[in-house]
Amino acid sequence: MEPLTWGEIFLRVMQQLMPVWIALIVVFAPSLAFKRRLGLYGKLFDSTIGMIGFALVMFWVFAGVLGGPLDMIVTHDPLSQISGMKNKPPGTALRRPDEGQYAYFLLGGDNLARDVFSRVIKGAWIVVQIAPLATLFAFMVGITLGLPAGYYGGRLDTVLSFLANLILAFPVILLFYLLVTPEIVLTGIPNYMALFLFIFPLVFATILLNSRYHTQPKLRTPLLACVIGVLGWLYLSLVSTGGAVVATPGYRIPGLPGAIDLFDIDPGILVVFVSVVFVNSPTVFRIVRGLAMDIKTRDYVSAAQTRGEGPWYIMLWEILPNARGPLIVDFCLRIGYTTILLGTLGFFGLGLASESPDWGTTINSGRQLLRAYVHPAVVPAVALMTMVLGLNLLADGLREESLRD
Amino acid sequence: MLLTALCLTFIVFWLTNLYPNLEKLAKTQGNFRMSDEAVASYLDKNGYLEPMPVKFGQWLGVLPGWVKEVDGELRGKCFDTLTPEAEHATFCGVLQNDWGFSTVFKSDVSAIVAERLGLTGKLMFFVMLVMVPMALIVGVLAGMREGSKLDRSLSTFSIASTATPEYVSGVIFIAVFASSAGWKIFNGSATSAMEDANFVNFTLPVVTIALYGMGYIARMTRASMTEVMTAQYIRTARLKGVSFGNIVLKHALRNALIAPFTVIMLQFPWLLNGVVIVETLFNYKGFGWVLVQAAGNNDIELLLAVSVVSVIVVLVTQLISDIGYVYLNPRIRIS
Repeated sequence: MEPLTWGEIFLRVMQQLMPVWIALIVVFAPSLAFKRRLGLYGKLFDSTIGMIGFALVMFWVFAGVLGGPLDMIVTHDPLSQISGMKNKPPGTALRRPDEGQYAYFLLGGDNLARDVFSRVIKGAWIVVQIAPLATLFAFMVGITLGLPAGYYGGRLDTVLSFLANLILAFPVILLFYLLVTPEIVLTGIPNYMALFLFIFPLVFATILLNSRYHTQPKLRTPLLACVIGVLGWLYLSLVSTGGAVVATPGYRIPGLPGAIDLFDIDPGILVVFVSVVFVNSPTVFRIVRGLAMDIKTRDYVSAAQTRGEGPWYIMLWEILPNARGPLIVDFCLRIGYTTILLGTLGFFGLGLASESPDWGTTINSGRQLLRAYVHPAVVPAVALMTMVLGLNLLADGLREESLRD
Repeated sequence: MLLTALCLTFIVFWLTNLYPNLEKLAKTQGNFRMSDEAVASYLDKNGYLEPMPVKFGQWLGVLPGWVKEVDGELRGKCFDTLTPEAEHATFCGVLQNDWGFSTVFKSDVSAIVAERLGLTGKLMFFVMLVMVPMALIVGVLAGMREGSKLDRSLSTFSIASTATPEYVSGVIFIAVFASSAGWKIFNGSATSAMEDANFVNFTLPVVTIALYGMGYIARMTRASMTEVMTAQYIRTARLKGVSFGNIVLKHALRNALIAPFTVIMLQFPWLLNGVVIVETLFNYKGFGWVLVQAAGNNDIELLLAVSVVSVIVVLVTQLISDIGYVYLNPRIRIS
């Protein structure tokens, strides 16, 4: 068969992405119609830049979700190699397509004869899974430590700030090279870090609810029991793999038995996740600490103190809600930064398996032949760029809209 | 500051000296099919199996280096088998200005680091030369009339440039300017730039690093410029009838540049990341490339020297930015 022309490639890509367009329309139409009643989210649709950013982000989110677990958009299996398609330019037809197989490599083949288009879509799913979740964990750590550091000040603040600055003074890449290696995985250090870092959401939720409802024990006790039960179970399934929390050749610490373990995380993914959270949380800590120091001098904080509220109530129910604007903006920016970090890890071939379709790894494998074959590296590069750009524009739009009132 | 540096080097030391890492080192130095006993005896012979704080003290030069008798031969950290016994030093560590021996490059660490730092210094010099003026111009132009068309487009440009990490822009630049599919104007590899840097082989790496750092500085400049432009004395100048160009250049600019100075200094550690990526991508064998080689092969002493240097860069730039801030801002200096 003849290879496709650029116009045909464009049309066919658009056609493959049809579910994404439909999902985007489904999100945008009601949001635009009811934007006056949707608070900050609705105001986003007043600024063009914010809207473009939101569209870019949602495009990749839908592409990731629909293409990843739902398997809709992709044309080929991202890992299977098809003979004769090595480094072929975009739009090349398959030599002998089987029954029901998509007859073209829409964006060409890579150096192992895999479909670039399908890999980019599958790669979006990896990013969409890891980046927001890692950022959320980093925020939990940063908020839980940053609020008391800013509110109490004193020695606690000195110690925590010293630790945060210590991590920040490390060049990120050096840290990754030291932490994200198979040898370090063998020592079990990532598991210990996971044990430490993943406990923070649990601690955060417990303190949050307890500080609010501790005056109503009838409501508080069952509520806390439920929350700690569910989050604790999630936490234990998160940190334990194959029935052990830490399993090294020398010793093992038993964890949740396999029967009630909800999910196992691949050690390669775990170490990537943990180190990304680890790198991000000191910056969040510094932001939250600064905000807390600023807000604790306000009148409503003194009012709460005079009422006799406990320090954690003031931190979590008076200071935190009033710091939400800058935090939401930073959350968007930080997801973008996390995406860049994930790409960096992939680019240096750290952590994720070398056949993994995530964007960084694909760029890394594509760059060896970059001077001869451009498309295997450029397609994921553009994907990563548009996603991070979308997040940055979204953050910019949110900042502008939240400053306006 | 000294405490931070000490803590950081100890963390690096600890991570590189974990047993699986040492095992890998032994296997790359010996051969990959070594048995566990052979690995242990190799490590023991070379003094890797002593307790961690002792080894760290030896590396620092506050504890005497290890001396061992192996097969009737005296071996030690501070001498090799050829040095006569009389010249055996007891202490050899960083404090004695002995940075150790690189197992990957088979030469002295201090020599390697000095040579590679020179190459990276050259790269950084040109990056600064491109990045700083461009960023300031973009920021000042965008900030002098807030909300104008020029401001909007330049701001979007700086957002886009911060959203493009080096490995993305580098790949795109190579694809467009140095591949068979695009124009072949520049070289996609900067290896030849190590000896003789010219426009053709050095442009792409410099522009790649500069672009990522530029957006952030430009945004900071814009923010401080818009703030200055709404100040009272600018309004007074306008009412006096000073022309707009004169207001921007003579009244606003100096005050608007205080904040970006701090940002530019704090940008150095960030640039270090960019340097590692770009040197890998363009195969420019500088400091960042050495970091990758040292870390990839668990070359302990080289890696320690590299991290000491980068930590010093980070801490010194923080110090300079604090001092410079005071120096540039007369309000702080006088009070």
